[in-house]
Amino acid sequence: MLDHTTALLAATMAAGTPLVYAALGELITEKSGVVNLGVEGMMLVGAIAAFATVASGNSLLAGVIAGGLAGMLLALVFAVLTLTLMANQYATGLALSIFGIGLSAFVGKAWLGMTVTGFQKVSIPLLSSIPVLGGALFQQDMMVYGSIALFALISLVLYKTKTGLLLRAVGESPDSAHAIGYPVVRIRYLATLAGGALCGVGGAYLSIVYTPMWVENMVAGRGWIALALTVFATWRPARILLGAYLFGGMTSLQFHAQGLGIAISPYLLSMLPYLATIVVLVVISRNPQTIRLHAPASLGKPFRPN
Amino acid sequence: MTFRLQLESRPVASRTMRYVAPVLAAALTLVTGLVLFYALGKSPVEAFKVFFVDPIKDLNGITEWLLKASPLCLIALGLAVGFRANVWNIGAEGQLTMGAAAAGALAVHFDGATGHWLLPAMLVAGLVAGAAWAGIAALLRSRFNANEILVTLMLTYIATFFLGYLVDGPLKDPNGQNFPQSILFGESALFPLLIEGTRLNASTLITLLAIPFVWVLMMRSFVGYQLRVSGLAQDAAVYAGFSRTKAIWMTLLLSGGLAGLAGVGEVAGPIGQLQPSVSPGYGFAAIIVAFVGRLHPVGIVLASLLMSLLYLGGESAQIALQLPNAITGLFQGLLLFFLLGTDVFVNYHLRLVRVSGGQK
Repeated sequence: MLDHTTALLAATMAAGTPLVYAALGELITEKSGVVNLGVEGMMLVGAIAAFATVASGNSLLAGVIAGGLAGMLLALVFAVLTLTLMANQYATGLALSIFGIGLSAFVGKAWLGMTVTGFQKVSIPLLSSIPVLGGALFQQDMMVYGSIALFALISLVLYKTKTGLLLRAVGESPDSAHAIGYPVVRIRYLATLAGGALCGVGGAYLSIVYTPMWVENMVAGRGWIALALTVFATWRPARILLGAYLFGGMTSLQFHAQGLGIAISPYLLSMLPYLATIVVLVVISRNPQTIRLHAPASLGKPFRPN
Repeated sequence: MTFRLQLESRPVASRTMRYVAPVLAAALTLVTGLVLFYALGKSPVEAFKVFFVDPIKDLNGITEWLLKASPLCLIALGLAVGFRANVWNIGAEGQLTMGAAAAGALAVHFDGATGHWLLPAMLVAGLVAGAAWAGIAALLRSRFNANEILVTLMLTYIATFFLGYLVDGPLKDPNGQNFPQSILFGESALFPLLIEGTRLNASTLITLLAIPFVWVLMMRSFVGYQLRVSGLAQDAAVYAGFSRTKAIWMTLLLSGGLAGLAGVGEVAGPIGQLQPSVSPGYGFAAIIVAFVGRLHPVGIVLASLLMSLLYLGGESAQIALQLPNAITGLFQGLLLFFLLGTDVFVNYHLRLVRVSGGQK
């Protein structure tokens, strides 16, 4: 039973990691006042770019970078349409997701059925020998550790540096930021690109570490769950981490259910993360005050200087 | 002295551009597609022929064209009513799936039934199931303020797993060599064919009925007016006594119901049984159809024909040019991108402005 618990916890961390990357990425974008509903598409494009890179004989690190760049490239399309051409952010984000699903499936046909070897697990000395938790938390691959480092970095930058203050100012009140002389559109461009890159990295984790193979549409709604996570987290990084592992736990439960002696149809267990997303959305959204208090005030609203 | 292009607001939105933009977007998608084919080492002329001419050059092709346009049109009509009211049902794919599942359950349960009641009963079941599935999102939106985009999407994934559960469990064909699919529906559970020897069937008539119905509802009824105002100026609508809750419920039930009917059309039409997947993404493609059709019934009819052609062209390109048929999804996305891009010129126009030297 304890072995199962350790295995389940370890799987939870791994399953939550792509969500951590993608949701933190979307958080950066949304903090600047931009909603990009294209997370699913950016993750898929990141996943296939990373997989193709690694399967062609390049290093895993090159794969992660390729995934990030691919996500960023898609985010650039979104940014040009919404920030320069003033297109509706919601519609453009949807288009980005639809396009990303199509593009990744098209490119991915050549890579179907192949596998790659993902990152090795790295044990942290001493900590990894803690009973139950050690094996779960401190015997992970570098990208899991990387996601936690990224969380720490983003929390620090957002709340303790001038850059973070600027980003939040642009999201709260672009007019004031513009009036003081800050380049609102440029900052939003950067935040959107950074968000896209992280979504791409989240996708890369799925295809070259978590699975590790390319399957059409393999992100399977995690992009939308990441979007829901930013709402669930009321735009706070620590809660994103918590939420991501909560969903990671539900995803891995279906694979460990048998070992834990749970006899429910795997189809019904597969619904869990999506059901849970609806439940948390309802719980968080039912109090409009909470949302209004924490959401960036200009979220989704276009800004045009002069 | 240098010049640069600058976007300038139009005093009034351009009506002409509103209609030109979708045509321009389709043209740009076409050009991009031909460039893509060229880059892939295929002759653009040949590719154009394979994609847009070959699929519809005979009667069989034309019936397939209409067969695929029908669900796209039916779903997009419902979605457009919602989009006009600023209610974003993105989960039509899930509502279609639930409609198909409900109708399929009846077809399997009453297999062998004679008479003419089974198919109408399946239609009612599909309509109700699709509407109910969207109704969940309406309830959560109006009672708890939960974002309907995310809820309808999540419900789509749940619906897909539910259908998987049905065809691999309660509704599985016991003599089907363990394949996850139901028995083949009987005669009384299938739409009659409109033209013998093709797959075009009576479910297309539902779409033909829905077009004038939605047109009247949207453009000529007081309810439609309320919904449009609710989308354009929510506060004004509420002030005028148009309830937002009513708009949310009405549009989601309508779009869900129509998507459910489209699901019945698929399983009681070309598919003829329940399978783990009952739609090649019609629910999502219909979102693009609604936008490209300018949320207007007539535009939607034209856009659904275009989108259907993209599906057929993708299949044809797979056979003739050995290209993955996922190219259809790629073109669908491109089309929407180009539409959003060209739409800028409805509200803005480009102006060449002189940037005087020396100044930054």
